[in-house]
Amino acid sequence: MQLSTNHLLGIKDLSEKDISFILSTATQFKEVLQRPVKKVPSLRDVTIVNLFYENSTRTRISFELAEKRLSADTINFAASGSSVSKGETLLDTVNNILSMKVDMVVMRHSASGAPHFLAKHLPGTAIINAGDGINEHPTQALLDAFSIIEKTGGSLVSKKILLIGDIMHSRVALSNIYLLKKMGAEVMVAGPPTLIPKYIKEALGVRVEYNLKKALQWCDVANVLRIQLERQNQVLFSSLREYNLAYGVTKKILAEVNKDIIIMHPGPINRGVEIDSDVVDSGHSIILQQVENGVAVRMAVLYLLRPGSQFASV
Amino acid sequence: MQTLLSPQQLQLTINRLAHQLLEEERGIEETVFIGLQPRGIFISDNIIEIIKTLHAGDIFYGKLDITFYRDDIRSEIHRANQTDISFNIENKTVILIDDVLYTGRTVRAALDALQDFGRPKAVKLCVLVNRRFGREFPIQPDYCGLTIDSNENQKVKVMKDTMEVVLYS
Repeated sequence: MQLSTNHLLGIKDLSEKDISFILSTATQFKEVLQRPVKKVPSLRDVTIVNLFYENSTRTRISFELAEKRLSADTINFAASGSSVSKGETLLDTVNNILSMKVDMVVMRHSASGAPHFLAKHLPGTAIINAGDGINEHPTQALLDAFSIIEKTGGSLVSKKILLIGDIMHSRVALSNIYLLKKMGAEVMVAGPPTLIPKYIKEALGVRVEYNLKKALQWCDVANVLRIQLERQNQVLFSSLREYNLAYGVTKKILAEVNKDIIIMHPGPINRGVEIDSDVVDSGHSIILQQVENGVAVRMAVLYLLRPGSQFASV
Repeated sequence: MQTLLSPQQLQLTINRLAHQLLEEERGIEETVFIGLQPRGIFISDNIIEIIKTLHAGDIFYGKLDITFYRDDIRSEIHRANQTDISFNIENKTVILIDDVLYTGRTVRAALDALQDFGRPKAVKLCVLVNRRFGREFPIQPDYCGLTIDSNENQKVKVMKDTMEVVLYS
């Protein structure tokens, strides 16, 4: 039993079977995290480097905790303060790290496709994408799916999931769409037309809605995304204040919709922009459960991609 | 294929193990039963069912999966099963229950896994079938349904649907 891939570059490459296998393994790791000793020896002989070329709080801590709870040895690398500022290339940096006998690479990078580039040049090392530019953030989509299933029970089939906000620049959105569609859920995206790719409906088979209230009326689960200001190089809406008025998920609009909607957010939250504080902290929100589940899901990914089974030279 | 235990014999053996456990584990309140996933659960479920008809008080019964503690992880990834131990094992006598004891590697991994739940007073092993030859660790059962001599080409299987224990050659 193993995954159909040696790397986790994106949900796009995973089969439905792979996704189910990762999620069912994550369920068992979640139980491990409730034990008096929250650690198993599965990756005792494995060294993992966390390469973060872009800022991160949750993902980095979550991966590091997952690695430690699997008994792996970990090294953390942040681009700032490294020789990257002296002009060292990505491939040189990684090759140097790997020559010190590192087995797996977890990488976040602002360039879309950076982990795919590494996987192409380093086929013998397991590469895990922790977010690449505006492309994919596969472990976030996996933990989102895990959290929805945990909250609602059963499977994702026919569940109505709404993604709100900056669909254009969100890697969380793309990974979520791939995963949810593969697992049989219905997906809708909502936001201002400038933040929704023009042909997304045809390309990815999702519904598009520009009216937030109508979108909320349709869905069972609303995943609210952050406005990725750092990736927008032109003005796509007039102000954050106006964005909040039209697309902010507020207590008021939820009261008007009057439906039990599960509220999710991948973090970091900009309170008062895409979502209001009282919604974040309400009983409908599973935002902190998402963070908790992130560790179990990442343990499952690392465990299933551990070197040894796939690679002859151990 | 050779039948080691017929359905009737299997029922008698499970009955005997349940009675024996109750007889020898004085202070059953201080004893916890843990079935080993996946194949030990069929045996442990049956044993616990009988113990519950014989003993009126609470019985602590859980399930343990040892996938993450396996020593062959470098060669193969196995699908993990559910672990469910919702009680404290600290200072309790733990009875591990499995279907077949052969190399002893599963039990070794289970001993490792148990440590993550606390420090038991003692750990004992109850198996339905003890294969005498082929042990790779110094592990022996405390309670045993049937002891057989078999070689490495043979396989012992507990058939859930027909309630039989068979030996494949």
